[in-house]
Amino acid sequence: MTSLVLIDYGSGNLHSAERALRAAAEMCAAAVDIEVTGDADRVQKADRIVLPGVGHFADCAAGLRAVEGMESALQEAVIHSRKPFLGICVGMQLIAEWGLEDGKTPGLGWIAGDVDRIKPGGGLAVPHMGWNGLSLKQDHPVLAGLGDDPHVYFTHSYAMVPTNPADIAATTEYGGEITAAVARDNLFGTQFHPEKSQRVGLRLLANFLTWEPA
Amino acid sequence: MLKTRIIPCLDVKDGRTVKGVNFVDLRDAGDPVALAKAYDSQGADELCFLDITASHEGRGTMLDIVRRTAEQCFMPLTVGGGVRSASDLVQLLRSGADKVAINSAAVANPAVISECAAKGGSQAVVVAIDARKTGDHWEIFTHGGRKPTGIDAVEFAMEAEQRGAGEILLTSMDKDGTKSGFDIPLLKAITKTVSIPVVASGGAGSAADLAPAVLEGGANAVLAASIFHFGEVTLAEARAAMTDAGAPVRPFET
Repeated sequence: MTSLVLIDYGSGNLHSAERALRAAAEMCAAAVDIEVTGDADRVQKADRIVLPGVGHFADCAAGLRAVEGMESALQEAVIHSRKPFLGICVGMQLIAEWGLEDGKTPGLGWIAGDVDRIKPGGGLAVPHMGWNGLSLKQDHPVLAGLGDDPHVYFTHSYAMVPTNPADIAATTEYGGEITAAVARDNLFGTQFHPEKSQRVGLRLLANFLTWEPA
Repeated sequence: MLKTRIIPCLDVKDGRTVKGVNFVDLRDAGDPVALAKAYDSQGADELCFLDITASHEGRGTMLDIVRRTAEQCFMPLTVGGGVRSASDLVQLLRSGADKVAINSAAVANPAVISECAAKGGSQAVVVAIDARKTGDHWEIFTHGGRKPTGIDAVEFAMEAEQRGAGEILLTSMDKDGTKSGFDIPLLKAITKTVSIPVVASGGAGSAADLAPAVLEGGANAVLAASIFHFGEVTLAEARAAMTDAGAPVRPFET
């Protein structure tokens, strides 16, 4: 039995993510103990870590940093011990160096790049809200078996712009190319919401539950 | 490219769906959770619950329905009806709603929109506008379309966006229930004014009525209640009609 922690720092999609991870675990018969916790010590000891997040970059960053010992526990578990990590939406954005939503806020800095407001061409609406197709840029185990022309649910006004294009795992087209997923080593992050993306999303979460980074 | 969302809407009163529902293989057509699951498996892109409960007890029931739906349906869920404050919004989000629609409370006091956006983030705040043509403009009506407010719908939509709404759910009170198609001029007036997504509501009578809301009206999503509930149009037919008309939808295989 492996352990997975879903970090509770007051984010709105925490329980949706929990429910979807449980459904995904059942779907792939993964022996995983899923725990929702705001305890840094639990996070440091877990085998897998999921960081959810919705809303505002600066608020989420402040919320995460307000949890005693959480940032150093994450550094220890994810960067030093290389535990598989999944960030969802703002949870993914937080692993960038900088968030540019209402001023400049430092992220965890695990992926070089900024999180900046999307400026879609052609007068398209912001937020980018709804189902959009994924264009896979990496042959990544977490993106395996999503089917032909996979579509996932997005709702965001900001997106990560990685400095190194090799960190981009998938993009989506919305008046230009937008980073939909990033991946490097034991890190994976989705701008979209797998917990709201029906079977494609559950498959991605199931893939994460069984992913063994090289 | 972003696909047009097709959103079935369920009216819920004291824990039961009102308006007839005609689904095969459904034991209890009045159970909102069972219906949500049915729509989920048919490939709805999002689901909307409208709580028309009058009683205080019914409110708790609604939270339970949202909770049970969110346990089983892994798609976006919008809940509206009777939302008065940011604390109502937070309660619904915690129960499993992804977005909360505010209507009368936002019209009565637009500051509620800002408070909700600060608490839940813009992506969670839908401002529902019920508009009726009055002379040469559209006026907002509340209380199920009975109460005129004197407020201009286009101006209010702009204010909603400025205050942090992430989406507008636009219902034409002139078209609602007529099954004669969406109100294209109203949609155009709003979608060319705001840059946030607009959901078209009110008037869908057939699968062919859906695409014009997007192609002519500029809507990002279409919402309908009765055509889906009565089984007049299946989601598969709606998807096919949209695609044929040139408004692409999400590929979905049942």
